[in-house]
Amino acid sequence: MAESQPAIAFTNVSKRYPGGFEALKGVNFTVEPGEFVFITGHSGAGKSTLLRLIAAIEYASSGAVLVNGQNISALKAHGIPFLRRKLGLIFQDQKLLYDRSVFDNVTLPLLATGHSSADAARRARAALDKVGLLNRERAQPITLSGGEQQRLCIARAIVNRPAILLADEPTASLDNAYAETIMAMFQSFNQVGVTVLVATHDHSLISRWQPRVISLDHGMVTT
Amino acid sequence: MSRSPLATLANIVVIGVVLALPLGAYGLLLNLKVFSGSVPTEPQISLFLANGLGKSDIAEIEAQLKRTTGVQTVRFVPRDAALAGLKRSPGMGEVITSLRENPLPDAFVLTLVDADAEAANRLEQLFKALPGVNHVQVDSAWVRRIEGLLRLGRMVVALLATLLGFTLVAVTFNTIRLQVLTHREEIEVSRLVGATDAFIRRPFFYLGALLGMFGGGIGLAIVAGAFTLMNRYLAPLGRIYGVDPNLSFFAHGDLLAIMAFAAILGWLGAYLSVSIHLHNIGLAEYHRQK
Repeated sequence: MAESQPAIAFTNVSKRYPGGFEALKGVNFTVEPGEFVFITGHSGAGKSTLLRLIAAIEYASSGAVLVNGQNISALKAHGIPFLRRKLGLIFQDQKLLYDRSVFDNVTLPLLATGHSSADAARRARAALDKVGLLNRERAQPITLSGGEQQRLCIARAIVNRPAILLADEPTASLDNAYAETIMAMFQSFNQVGVTVLVATHDHSLISRWQPRVISLDHGMVTT
Repeated sequence: MSRSPLATLANIVVIGVVLALPLGAYGLLLNLKVFSGSVPTEPQISLFLANGLGKSDIAEIEAQLKRTTGVQTVRFVPRDAALAGLKRSPGMGEVITSLRENPLPDAFVLTLVDADAEAANRLEQLFKALPGVNHVQVDSAWVRRIEGLLRLGRMVVALLATLLGFTLVAVTFNTIRLQVLTHREEIEVSRLVGATDAFIRRPFFYLGALLGMFGGGIGLAIVAGAFTLMNRYLAPLGRIYGVDPNLSFFAHGDLLAIMAFAAILGWLGAYLSVSIHLHNIGLAEYHRQK
C-alpha cells in the first residue's frame, strides 16, 4: 500500500495567519516516495510554512495535507509525535541545544523515542560518521563552524532513519563549496530511498542539480 | 535540573523548614498522647482515710461504698502497700527509705459505672461527708483536660498540615515552572523530534516528587534535631518529677509515610505546573487552533 500512495499530498491547502496574512493560497502538489524536490520562491513566499504544515508544527486553515496517506489536519495531539518520528527536520534556525555536546544533540531524538542508550550511541556515531563529525562528538556545538553546525543538524535529522527529510534553507549561511557538500549528502540519502524536500531561495543550487522544483510566489504554486 | 542546583537545593530547604513546623507539632502531640495513654482514663475516685481507724471502721466504710449506686469496683489500698508501690516508682525509692514513718493514709480506689463528670462530682460530695474520710480526689479530671487539649492539638496540627501542604505544592509548582522555562529549548526540540508529552513530563514529575521527598527528609531532620535538643533540657526536669520525659521521635513506619506523603504533594505540584506551563511551548499554535 505504501508504494501506491504519495509521500506527501497537498490538496487545495491555504494557510491564513491571525491578522489576515495568507501564507499559502490553494496549494496543490504531490511528492512520490523517493523523490527529491526543491521548493523555491522569494523570501516570504510560503516555503517555510509549507514545510511546517507537513510536520504538523502548524495547521492548514483549509484543504488537506496528507503524509503517507495520513491526514495531518485530522491528527490528534497525541498522534503528532508518531508522525514526526517518520520525518527528519532541518530548521532554518537550527534549534541545536548549546548546553550539551554534539553527541548528546544527536542522541536526543533516539532517547526521546525510547531507544536504549547503547543503541542510541551506536546509531548516533553512525549518523555523525555520515556527516563527517565523528571526531567532534565530544565538542560543544558553539565551537563548531557554521558548516559543521549545519551538518550536526543533518545528523540529528537522519539519526532516526526517517522516510522523509525536510530541510528549510539548509545552505543559507554557507559558502558555495560547503553548500555543495551539504547538497551531496542530501543526494546520498535520496539514493537510499529517502524522500527529500529542500526549501531554498538559492537558484544556483537548483541549476546545478536539475531536480524537480515547486516554485511558490506569494503563497501560490507557479510550476 | 543540573543547571540550577543551588536554587533547587534552596527550594528543598524551604520545603523542609515549611514541613518542620507541622511535623514537630505532630511529634509533640504523639508524645503527649503516649504519656496520657499511660494513665487510666476511666473515671476514678480516691478516698483517703483518716489515720488511726480500726479494722471494723474500715470494713464499714467499704460496705457503705459497695452499696452506693454508681460505684463499679472498690479496691482497698492499705498504707503499707501504697508506700511499697511508691518505692518502686522511679527516683522515689531513696526518698521513701529516708522517711522515719509512713506518711501515707489508707485509701480506697473506686471506679465508677458512669463516665460523666456530673456523676463523679455527685459521688465526690457524698463521700466527703462520710465519717473517717479525710480527702476525696476525682482522678479523671486532669486526664480529661489533657484529652480535650489533645483534641484541640490534633485539630491545630491538621490545620497546620493542610496549610503547609498547600505551601509545599505551591513551592514545587513554582520550582517546576522555572525548570520548564530553563528547559524550554530542550522541550521544544524534543517535541520536534517526536518525543511524546508523557516522555517530556516524566522528569519534571520525578523532580517534583524528589523535591517533596527530600524536603520531607529535611523537615524530619529538623524535628529530630529539635527533639534531641529539647530532651537535653527535659532530662533534668524529668528527674525532679521522677518521670521519663524523653520525647520519642517518629517510628520508622511513620517516617516512611511522611516522606511518601511529601513526595506525593511534590508530584502534585509538579503535575499542576507542567500541565499549565508545558502548553506554552512548541505547540502553542496547534492548541490555539484545535
